Amino acid sequence: MYVLGIETSCDETGVAIFHSQQGLLSHHLYSQVKTHADYGGVVPELASRDHVKKLIPLISRALSAAGIDKYRVDGIAYTAGPGLIGALLAGAAVARSLAWALGIPSVAVHHMEGHLLAPLLEPDPPEFPFIALLVSGGHTQLVEVEAIGRYKILGESLDDAAGEAFDKTAKMLGLGYPGGPEIGRLADEGLAGRFVFPRPMTDRPGLNFSFSGLKTHTLTTLAATSSTRQDKADIAAAFQEAVVDTLLIKSQRALEETGLVRLVVAGGVSANRRMRKKLHEMGREKGYRIYFPRLEFCGDNGAMIAYAGCQRLLAGHAEPLEIRARPRWPLSDLLPP
Amino acid sequence: MNLLAVETATEACSAALFSGGRIIERYQVAPQEHNRLILPMIEAVLAEAGLQLAQLDALAFGRGPGSFTGVRIATGVVQGIAFGAELPVVPVSTLAALAQEALDEIDEEYVYACIDARMGEIYWGVYRRGETGLAELIGEEAVLSASEVPFPQDSHGVGTGSGWARYEAQLTERLGERLGTIFTDRFPRAALTARLGAEAFREGISVPPEQALPVYLRDDVAKKPVPRR
Ligand SMILES: Nc1ncnc2c1ncn2[C@@H]1O[C@H](COP(=O)(O)OP(=O)(O)OP(=O)(O)O)[C@@H](O)[C@H]1O
Ligand SMILES: [Mg+2]
Repeated sequence: MYVLGIETSCDETGVAIFHSQQGLLSHHLYSQVKTHADYGGVVPELASRDHVKKLIPLISRALSAAGIDKYRVDGIAYTAGPGLIGALLAGAAVARSLAWALGIPSVAVHHMEGHLLAPLLEPDPPEFPFIALLVSGGHTQLVEVEAIGRYKILGESLDDAAGEAFDKTAKMLGLGYPGGPEIGRLADEGLAGRFVFPRPMTDRPGLNFSFSGLKTHTLTTLAATSSTRQDKADIAAAFQEAVVDTLLIKSQRALEETGLVRLVVAGGVSANRRMRKKLHEMGREKGYRIYFPRLEFCGDNGAMIAYAGCQRLLAGHAEPLEIRARPRWPLSDLLPP
Repeated sequence: MNLLAVETATEACSAALFSGGRIIERYQVAPQEHNRLILPMIEAVLAEAGLQLAQLDALAFGRGPGSFTGVRIATGVVQGIAFGAELPVVPVSTLAALAQEALDEIDEEYVYACIDARMGEIYWGVYRRGETGLAELIGEEAVLSASEVPFPQDSHGVGTGSGWARYEAQLTERLGERLGTIFTDRFPRAALTARLGAEAFREGISVPPEQALPVYLRDDVAKKPVPRR
């Protein structure tokens, strides 16, 4: 089965062709990062306007790169939420209408299910069940994954998401947007241990997170220095270490509490090199297997949507003739296909 | 000629089929429901005409101005169908569709078409009855405040659209004796988009799906923050 995947929930237009037996055949991404950089964050209306311009050309490219004609496509998967309503609708309108015109089924995919299943696109994919740590611009969640569509939220952030914390901290340090990769780079130049940031909520039981306090910590620490590049690098390193450690401690706790032995990490922040290294080390030490998406599939992309949609389409999923967009959509509302 | 049109730029949602001079339409005023309604409406008009997508010659859509999200729904729908069915697309002004309805109904030469643009502004276009009875734009469409709308000095015509409901007093004052009837309860509808689209298509006007794009008129949608040190 050939599935066309379309992602437009935020500031990337992603399109991919996935085949149920042959795997991923092509994927294209147009990132609007430059459009939004001057504003210091995503401007929803500009994001929507860009999707409308980029989507059809990207679909054409993805089809020709996969070496197939549009009439070979068996189903269309599109992100229906969560995300920015205007951006979601821009993609959903094209996706649902194209499916209708081609006379094939479509499936409204949950963006976080897409992220969560992204590591299954890799050669040695995890088996179910597993723990998923979803860390992105809008989410920080620990999820017990029994099977596709069987998700139990074990814990989540009570305030800022991990990616959001990276972005806000980067802003305070005068770095560009998005802040995650910038902090990662600057932290490499930092002196480990000069500053030590708290590991929020790790001293009490439970699997929830809170990252908003780290902002204040960054500010007060920065104010006590003369804000040289080295000072900022040292702060970036301390901040990153604190976030990574916190995510690691809670993930390990989730594995221990559930008795599961596989951890899947996904979402934009899973591209963080320090985190990948430390989680792999933890896995080796404790006997857990840790799975990440390849770097280009950590952030938003069409491949993960095509993959997630394909699993549901294979199970015979069909939906009414309606363009679906659901800006707020809890992962726990999903059902198995 | 068989042409399918959609118009979703305002509170109203509609689809229409122009087929051999006959027009079949589905129309509903349903704010925020366009994403649920539009594809079933399209299916309904095709079914009523007994036509398949493959029998169409072109698509038309209300390219705005109007609600940004609304305009993008029509755009996305038409892009998707046009790409899938390999059909050319005719962009039609939402204000022109509004104006055409008034011209068909009232014996006046001009139409002052006006859609509420929020933020104290309106989308404005002055249209004149052309030789074939079709609405022709005079000057340019614009987004501006009701007290600043431009119009030909020697015009006389009908006012129509949601902008009139909201700014009737200001607009009446500005246009003075040029104003005849006012329709405050009209929304653009696909039947007229189809008619204007069919005419334009006959004249050779159409674009491929990726060039079927909205016309927003309002482009200052975000302020850049003052860079801080
Ligand atoms: N190397 C990195 N280290 C840390 N954070 C990173 C890195 N690369 C990207 N990020 C962060 O990942 C986030 C973007 O991830 P993603 O695109 O998955 O989020 P989103 O789609 O905006 O939100 P969501 O998926 O929750 O709807 C940003 O906050 C960005 O700063
Ligand atoms: Mg994401």
